[in-house]
Parts: sequence; C-alpha cells; structure tokens
Amino acid sequence: MSDLKRLGLHDLHVELGGRMVPFAGYEMPVQYPAGVMKEHLQTRAAAGLFDVSHMGQVILRPKQGMEALCLGFEALMPVDVLGLAQGRQRYGLFTSETGGILDDLMFANRGDHLFVVVNAACKEADVAHMRAHLGDVAEVEFIADRALVALQGPAAEAALGSLVPEVAAMRFMDVGVFGWQGAEVWVSRSGYTGEDGYEISVPEAVAEGFVRALLACDGVMPIGLGARDSLRLEAGLCLYGHDIDTTTSPVEAGLTWAIQKARRAGGARAGGFPGAERILRELAEGPERCRVGLRPEGRAPMREGVELFATDGTPLGKVTSGGFGPSVEAPVAMGYVPASYAKTGTAIEGEVRGKRLPVAVAEMPFNPTTYKR
Amino acid sequence: MKYTEEHEWLRVEGDLVVVGITEHAATQLGDVVFVELPETETMVAAGDEVVVIESVKAASDILAPVDGEIVAVNAKLVDNPGLVNEDPTGAAWFFKMKLDDLSVLDQFMDEDEYNDLIG
Repeated sequence: MSDLKRLGLHDLHVELGGRMVPFAGYEMPVQYPAGVMKEHLQTRAAAGLFDVSHMGQVILRPKQGMEALCLGFEALMPVDVLGLAQGRQRYGLFTSETGGILDDLMFANRGDHLFVVVNAACKEADVAHMRAHLGDVAEVEFIADRALVALQGPAAEAALGSLVPEVAAMRFMDVGVFGWQGAEVWVSRSGYTGEDGYEISVPEAVAEGFVRALLACDGVMPIGLGARDSLRLEAGLCLYGHDIDTTTSPVEAGLTWAIQKARRAGGARAGGFPGAERILRELAEGPERCRVGLRPEGRAPMREGVELFATDGTPLGKVTSGGFGPSVEAPVAMGYVPASYAKTGTAIEGEVRGKRLPVAVAEMPFNPTTYKR
Repeated sequence: MKYTEEHEWLRVEGDLVVVGITEHAATQLGDVVFVELPETETMVAAGDEVVVIESVKAASDILAPVDGEIVAVNAKLVDNPGLVNEDPTGAAWFFKMKLDDLSVLDQFMDEDEYNDLIG
C-alpha cells in the first residue's frame, strides 16, 4: 500500500485493531475487531466514531464581499447559496454542462466565509473547479492540517457535549466554531448515517487526543468504512461514483429537495448553473429514469451492478448500491429504473448469479432517520 | 479433521464426509448474511461451486473438495446464516458428501499443516 496516503490518525486505527484497506487513495479502516454488523448496530443504538479525514475541507474567503461569493458559488450549483443563513449548512452538488453531477458536498455559511466539505476522490478536481470559476470572488483555501471525524448515533450528543457543551443546543444542519483544550473545533450537526450526530473538524495536532477522549465516552465505538456504507445505504443516502456521477442528473437521482425554489423556473435566481437546461426540463416534465429504493424478496443481497428487469424480461437498469441492512435485517439496495417502474411497490426482478429474483421498488430511507430538527 | 487450501474443513462421519469452513475463513468473510445450499442427491465434481455464502462485505463460494454425492445439507444455515460466524467448525457444517473411497482425503492438510498455511 506504498502509493497510498496515510491518515493523521493512522497509528490509532492500527492500535484499535482496524483492518486497513485502500480507499480513495488512502489507507482506511474498513472495520475494527467488532466487525461490520456490530459496528453498524452500535451506531444506531449508541454512538459510532468515524474518521473521515480523507474528505476535502475547503474555505472560500470572499474577495468582493459575501454576496458576490454566494452568487459565484451559485453559478456552479442548482442550489440556493445566497439564502443560507449564517450558522447553517446545506447540501450542494456541482453540476456539469450536460446536467450530470461532478460531486456532491456540504457547505456552511460561517459569517465571513463559506466552509465546504467535498468527497475524497473528487477533492483535487473540485478545488481546481472552484479555483477556475471562483477566482474573481473567492480565495480558495484547501485545509490540509485538520482532521475530520463524525460522531453519529443517539449517544452522540451526550458524548460530544461532555467535551464541547455548546453542541447540545445545536439543531440538524447547524454549524458552530467552539473550543476544546485551547484548540478550535468546527462542528456541524449532520452526518451520513441517518442518525442524529455531528461532524467535527479538529486541528491535526490535537486530533488523536480529541478522538481518544470521545472513545472514552459511554457507548462510543470506532466504526470502519464497511458499516459507514451499510448505515448510509439504509438511510437512502447517495454515494458519489456509485449512485450519482457525471451521467446522472440531480432530478434522476431524486435530489430535487436540494434544488431550492430560488433556482427553479419562476424563482428569484432561476437557472444560471451548469446543465440548467436539462435539470429545469426534468423538473418540469419528470426525468426518464429515477433512482429508487429496492427491497429484494429473498435473503440474497443484490449488490452494485445487479441488472434489473421487468417481470416480462424488459431490461430496466442496474443496482448502484446494495447489500444487507443490519438494522432492517434484510437485503436493501438502490438503483435506476425507467420512471414508469419507479412507483413504490412495483414488482421487478434482479439477476443474481444467473437467476432472476423478485425485488420490489420501495420507499427510502429503509431505516427511519432520527435527525434533531 | 482435514483441511483444504480453500479453508474448508472435512470431517469423516461413518462413510460420509462433512464439510464446513474454518474459523479463519469465517473471520475473513465477516458477518455471514446469506447462505445458498445445493440440492441433495446431486453428483458433484471436485472444484464445483456448491454453496454460495454472502457476508456483509462480499459473495463467495464453497467448492466441492472431492468428487461425490451431496447427501445432506444443513438447512439451519438458510434461516440463521450468522451460525457460520458463531460456530463455524461445529453447528455450521454446510453439507455431507458420500465418496467412493475415503482415502482421497489423504491428499489434504492436517491441522498442523493448515495452521502453518494461515500462520
């Protein structure tokens, strides 16, 4: 694994028994000795701690004021940036000229700048994209000296609150800058599991101490990438490069909730983002295909790549993420089908090892979310 | 008990051989969530894929270790795949085979040789 980068917390992962695997150019813990199933269930029952320092943290500092910065950022996404209040975070997507998705991200209004978190595999391209398009309005500052960890689950508030008391008062998608032992911690009440919880950016120099302090709290267990994937799958959340990519539009992907009124036809700042023609058309007329939840009838998981068919044999599309849902206690999946097959309850088939097995189009999330709104 | 390079264990029971996977294999697979067993009274050849196991991570196969007839399968695993992780060398046997000649098992590793392999 010599070409792979190491996380700042690498030695701690090894000490905790993490099994390290290559992921997005990094050596990452896929699981700890408890295993994927127990780690998943622990996160839903108490709290899971995830090291997501491989993700890209970026600060956009305005050159000509916040309004110009927000409008510049809006030119890259079908999202209302200007309307985001100070101290709040929002989900965003960089779109391509053809209406595909270049990456999905989180951005926060921190008063005098925007803080952006992007996917690890896309971070170099995203920074280049922002530098190319925001050069007049923003200083694009890549943050390389901070770790990023997520604490998720019903025990997260008590655990993080014992270190940083201010976080208890935060609501879902609030952000704040607080102190811990003299260091500045950047906290958002959000995550990627469907559970209440936080994502916390801490200076690399104190990250190990901070994580050890969290792990010492009641109910907190380290969680690897395996359970991170099954948790987000049960929550119906997209994984970039699998469920969404440059070929899928935000409308096909069912991410229309991320396109606020201001950017839609008739809105105050309608259009004006890459791929607007396709995206606005699909919003008005409906997309040709849709990302849907899938519940296989049997116990056999339907994984990424499984081909989907109508009961009359017509090819429909493919599973983009799938596996066993430990909380659902059954296999769950998501994939794309033509819009006419996207209604909840539609009976279709997935081909597993040469056999066509029954699967139903299902509502997502598969496991109810517990965000603290 | 005999062991294959595919991390199966083989235990002779009268004129039958019982097949399962080793503790090492079960740990490597992770939590097993699905098991598909073969039909009984099927003739299989060494190397045939006879069982499908899916863990939280991936799908894998169990191969028939030798030529013979599948005479029994452990239906408990279908309803309770997690048994493979709980008791891989006991309650979680997969199938029983009838062989023409049990001496073909001599080609496989004994416990010490297997422990060297995974050591």
